[in-house]
Amino acid sequence: MTVTTHGPLPDTPYDVIVIGAGVVGSAIARALARHPRLRTAVVEAQDDMGQGSSKANTAILHTGFDAVPGSLEARLVREGSRQLADYAAESGIPVEPVGALLVAWDEEQRAALPRLAEKAERNDYKETRLLEAAELYDREPHLGPGALGALHVPGESIICPWTTTVAYATQAVRHGVDLHLNCRVEKLSQGLLSTNRGALHTRWIINAAGLHTDTLDRDLGHDDFTVTPRRGQLIVFDKFARALVRHILLPVPTALGKGVLVAPTVYGNVLLGPTAEDLDDKRATQSTADGLTRLREQGRRILPELLDEEVTAVYAGLRAATEYDDYRITAHPEQAYLTVGGIRSTGLTASLAIAEYVIGQLPANGLELGPSRELERVRMPNLGEASPRPYQRPDLIAADPDYGTLVCHCERVSRGEIRDALASAIPPGSLDGLRRRTRARGGRCQGFYCGAAVRQLFEEARG
Amino acid sequence: MTRQVDVLVVGAGPAGLTAAARLAASGAGRVEVLDREQQAGGVPRHCAHGGFGSWRRPLTGPAYARRLVETALSAGAVVRTGVTALDWAGPLALHTVGPGGPETIEARAIVLATGARERPRAARLVPGTRPAGVYTTGELQQAVHLFGQRIGTRAVIVGAEPVSYRAADTVRASGAEVVALVTEAERAQASLVRAQDARLRRRVPLLTGATVAELLGHGRLSGIRVRRRDGRTAELACDTVVFTGDFVPENELARRGGLTVDAGTTSRPGVFAAGGLTRPGESAARAARAGVQVAAAVMRP
Repeated sequence: MTVTTHGPLPDTPYDVIVIGAGVVGSAIARALARHPRLRTAVVEAQDDMGQGSSKANTAILHTGFDAVPGSLEARLVREGSRQLADYAAESGIPVEPVGALLVAWDEEQRAALPRLAEKAERNDYKETRLLEAAELYDREPHLGPGALGALHVPGESIICPWTTTVAYATQAVRHGVDLHLNCRVEKLSQGLLSTNRGALHTRWIINAAGLHTDTLDRDLGHDDFTVTPRRGQLIVFDKFARALVRHILLPVPTALGKGVLVAPTVYGNVLLGPTAEDLDDKRATQSTADGLTRLREQGRRILPELLDEEVTAVYAGLRAATEYDDYRITAHPEQAYLTVGGIRSTGLTASLAIAEYVIGQLPANGLELGPSRELERVRMPNLGEASPRPYQRPDLIAADPDYGTLVCHCERVSRGEIRDALASAIPPGSLDGLRRRTRARGGRCQGFYCGAAVRQLFEEARG
Repeated sequence: MTRQVDVLVVGAGPAGLTAAARLAASGAGRVEVLDREQQAGGVPRHCAHGGFGSWRRPLTGPAYARRLVETALSAGAVVRTGVTALDWAGPLALHTVGPGGPETIEARAIVLATGARERPRAARLVPGTRPAGVYTTGELQQAVHLFGQRIGTRAVIVGAEPVSYRAADTVRASGAEVVALVTEAERAQASLVRAQDARLRRRVPLLTGATVAELLGHGRLSGIRVRRRDGRTAELACDTVVFTGDFVPENELARRGGLTVDAGTTSRPGVFAAGGLTRPGESAARAARAGVQVAAAVMRP
């Protein structure tokens, strides 16, 4: 197992290097790990996986019911959705199949619902059902007044995006893929990556750099698309709000644009967002006063009581929007190079299918994959509320009292879980990384009670 | 496993420990105090400064916390740390967990003394990036006084209440510089002596009528943008910001039980409340007095 965070990089050339350890890059690395003859590496500019668009999304496992029919995205979301649901079950990634309601608040939106149901059919999703207002309010009694009806999409689920990415990367690394963190690609040429940590040689390059895919593409002379970062600000409400909502409440897209959603999270919070702001700056991950005010106004209409609860966290992510309405996955065999661009908010859902699709492109373009093997399963720590957490498991505590010793009280994270994360295959490089792996310091007090104690455990483990 | 006690106190801070000491001394039977932290004593544990105890016998926070624990123990109360009260198991029973595993504890009376905490940055809806270096006083004091952690070099304190000046003291004790105190109020909300001392002797500017408009910096905090009431903004370079005061009750257990909490009592017979849970931000001395009063209420036939 090789995970590096600093220092010189290996001299020997790789067969494949994946640029970017987001959810897509990690999934591709995992798929490549099936081929033991390939010497594979992932390089990631940040100090952890999933630090770009992958960490700041709406954490929904989509059915793909509203994708553009016939598009690559529609196909990969549909396939990926099933694959990820199975993978989550075998790996312990928290998923809750809560279903979604597209709530119509005016006549225009209500009129759009049957068309959305037809679109879902064309995307091979047949379980949608139109609800009258009475049934809608039966299902969601805390919904604000004035809703006219809804489209029920029972297959939509909520998922833990962090555990998903960590699971892919962990499985890849355990099967021999090298992971180089804090390794920013500064210049790309055929078979050569110039990084802040030195040069890396490789036969093939797969560009899964998310927001930066277009910049690297241009290094190799391709001007196929431009990534415009689309900022989504999101508000995470206190767990006391969880009882207010049972489904993912989706907006009905109309000509006037897409509204915001209200959704439970697998951690037991409620999410409100996202905004959609097209920006120039690929680092503009800050929330804004205007954005938060607008979100709260929209949230008040959807679920008025939500606004009475405290806010636990606010975050903003940048989605890698392009001028195209589909993914841009293109192989350039003459350069032994493949670009995975334009992976928008559906990237998490589609990730496993994107990886299969990408790997499938390689042999025809000149890369022999060699023999294939089954991967050993990973079992991830459970961060979700729908299954027992370690503090709820007498068997675990009896075997190891550290699972009964709570350090982070708001999220009920035990010393045992923090210790496990710090000793894991890809340990966190920061307290934020530790939070994403355990939820420690991610609760309503944001570290008032446990911040210093968690930091102490982190610093002890790092020596 | 289910166990019975006479009085179960949740929270071993000034209110809970004082109530337990009184109850045990007045013959309430088996009085047990639970605290989810490893050390009993509550917030005073990490208040390294003086100002606790009586004017006759002034104490630092940690010394006061130790004395509260000793008083409760010598009165005959049982104090169990590292045990979390998770949820209600009945009207007068709680599910708990600790290193020894789960347990259900039934009592004839339950006193909730779960305290209060400061609202952190997100709850205050302060926009900006999410860098490291953002604290509440509670976390800051524990980092510096309990764990000896380094916190940064230049800190801005948000608030100008007594707790804000304590946070400034802690910043200085850690070897860092206090860049400014920032408050929405028109003037400092602490004693004149305290405010003047900070401003004149320590030369720490106090920005009044100002709010934190944005946190700046990727990875580590690089500064904050403050907005004056007239709309003008200014940037203060700092690597640390401490959000002080704005206390809210730590009321998870009360809310899980659907209880409304008032000074001393709750909406459920046999369940009482005291201290910061009922009056967030009150002093340790007031919380201890509330502990005395709640003990009397529990003993009332």
